Amino acid sequence: MDPIVILQAGVASGTVLLFAALGEVFAERSGVLNLGVEGMMLIGAMTAFSTTIATGNPWIGVLAAMIAAGLLSQIHAFIAVTLQADQVVSGLALTMVGAGISLVLGEGLSKAGTVSLLPNFSIPWLSALPVLGPIFFTKQSILVYLGYLMTPLAWYYINHTRPGLHLRAVGEYPAAADALGINVFRLRYAYIFVGGALAGLAGATISLAVAPGWFSELTTGGQGWIAVGLVIFAQWDPIRAAIGSYAFGALRRLILDIQAPLLLFGVDNPFYYNPYFSFFLQMLPYAFTVIVLVIGSREAVRKRLGAPAALGEPYIRGERGK
Amino acid sequence: MAESTLTKKGARWRVRLEPRLDEPSARQSLAISLGAVAVALILGGIVIAAVGGNPFITYLYIARASFGNLGVLSDTIVKATPILLTALACSIAFRMKLWNIGAEGQFIMGAWGASAVVLAPIVPAESSRWLFIPVMTVAGLAMGAAWGFIPGYLKAKFNVNEIISSLMLNYIAISWVNFWIFGVWSEGGFQMSPKFPEGASLPRLSEYASQIPILRGLTTHAGLLFGIAAAVILWFIVYRSRWGYEIRLIGDNPQAAKYAGLNIARNTILVMALSGALAGLGGMSEVAGVVRRLQTAPLATGYGFTGIIVAWLAKLNPLLIILVSILFGALILAGREIQPSGIPKMIQGIILVCLIASDFLSRYRVRWTRGEAE
Repeated sequence: MDPIVILQAGVASGTVLLFAALGEVFAERSGVLNLGVEGMMLIGAMTAFSTTIATGNPWIGVLAAMIAAGLLSQIHAFIAVTLQADQVVSGLALTMVGAGISLVLGEGLSKAGTVSLLPNFSIPWLSALPVLGPIFFTKQSILVYLGYLMTPLAWYYINHTRPGLHLRAVGEYPAAADALGINVFRLRYAYIFVGGALAGLAGATISLAVAPGWFSELTTGGQGWIAVGLVIFAQWDPIRAAIGSYAFGALRRLILDIQAPLLLFGVDNPFYYNPYFSFFLQMLPYAFTVIVLVIGSREAVRKRLGAPAALGEPYIRGERGK
Repeated sequence: MAESTLTKKGARWRVRLEPRLDEPSARQSLAISLGAVAVALILGGIVIAAVGGNPFITYLYIARASFGNLGVLSDTIVKATPILLTALACSIAFRMKLWNIGAEGQFIMGAWGASAVVLAPIVPAESSRWLFIPVMTVAGLAMGAAWGFIPGYLKAKFNVNEIISSLMLNYIAISWVNFWIFGVWSEGGFQMSPKFPEGASLPRLSEYASQIPILRGLTTHAGLLFGIAAAVILWFIVYRSRWGYEIRLIGDNPQAAKYAGLNIARNTILVMALSGALAGLGGMSEVAGVVRRLQTAPLATGYGFTGIIVAWLAKLNPLLIILVSILFGALILAGREIQPSGIPKMIQGIILVCLIASDFLSRYRVRWTRGEAE
């Protein structure tokens, strides 16, 4: 139970949540709630793994995962944006379709053996830093480093660029954005696709880097839903989403590691001697998600923060703007 | 919304979309729903064909394996019973636009509560059904209600998104049951509790085969009666009671409900608890009528999620839910033997996608007109 090792592995497994949460931040900032993250991640994980087996090249696997999940997300875009249907039910349906299709197409994939994985490497100089070096910059997957780059870029894009301004306008006040000549429908389709592609990347991160393989629905095990919860906690901010993701990643790792030692804080480790107590450990990420939601919601009330004003509302041209 | 984006410039046939001014008639909405299911089956068939199966044989197999004779029809009804109760649970919450997608967890906790009566034991093992069944029913209702109360309370008090919280509680419920069957009530180290005594089981039709021979081997159990009774009571609550009117008003127009002085927070908690109780009753019925021991695998198979689709397909009408849940019971029963094993799940998902897409047709009238481009 070396805290450095736990945090190092936590950053890797948190990268999964990070990609999924960043994708959902983009979709929700454009005003579309997409609850299909879990399904898109499953499609991504399955596609990445099977494509990598077929081609031998994990990069093609990652690309295929992003495209497949992005295409799946367009079902939600069509239903939520064009058909103006209820986004909650549509997102749920997307999760079911994604899970179902990935189970059908992934049949037998769990016995397919091992694949060539994405490279792990250390960053010179940075890995020599005390504490931070071994946690963040030593022998991490290339996707982990991609996560470090993507988080500040996403933050900058949303808050300080013109397309980011358009994105926020579409999510806050679509009627005004439309009046200014911004194509609300096209932007929403585009950002739902971005959300889907990033969820696919999150799935690929699982099946090609963090926990290689295909284990049907257990591959994601609800991480897509945790990511949706994290977005609420993060107040739709990429930086906060990253902090939350890494904290959850570390928690997942801690749960595994805490079961190993014979002694815990100087007493017999109950999780080692009575393995069934570990079921309480397995509850922790889900219980923490609920706690984090309570904290996030209370904070939102206090600071008068809120979701993008048009979140969940279909935009209907010509109706009185809200 | 006169001209749609579907219109191709210069096309001779044009699609015009006009908002419907009134609700579509019952016959129209039935046609729309059936059309959506038909489209879903075609899409599902395409995927089945794409992975090398024969969709016609698959569907024919599903029909024969679930309605082919009295025995399998009885098995279909057994599968429909838990779906019926979880769908009722979803319908009452959805009616108030509370997205309880934790029926799965509430179902499992109801099963746990009913099992605790037998395994703790709260009622001695040699007791009769007349003692066991009422106590187990109350325990199932209570545990389900407790599991629904949590997201309801968090929503009412802290405005916590009930979708995420109720879903997270599903995973917690599974771990909770696993803890008990692995650690406390394990039978010889297996991941299941000992079998329940005879008194702790719901009666099956086959038990009356000595008097009525045709019932021999039929597995349909008394849980079905719970489901039908719950559906009828829920129908009266929703359509004939003051409380049901309040629930529908809050769901349709929360602003108006607030100005009318309705207590939304209180109703949120009550409806979520009622929803959880119905799902918990489903768990009790399944564990006492089918599984007859506490075990995670046969309980946590997604009845809560199927309930969402069934509730939606039945337009949240409790009596229609009885019919629709039988169809989905058939799909799940036959689906157990279909390869690849994900097909029933996929078809369910595609049906929900098509249903939600078809809602568009109940809000807009589509007209095909033949004319010149403007």
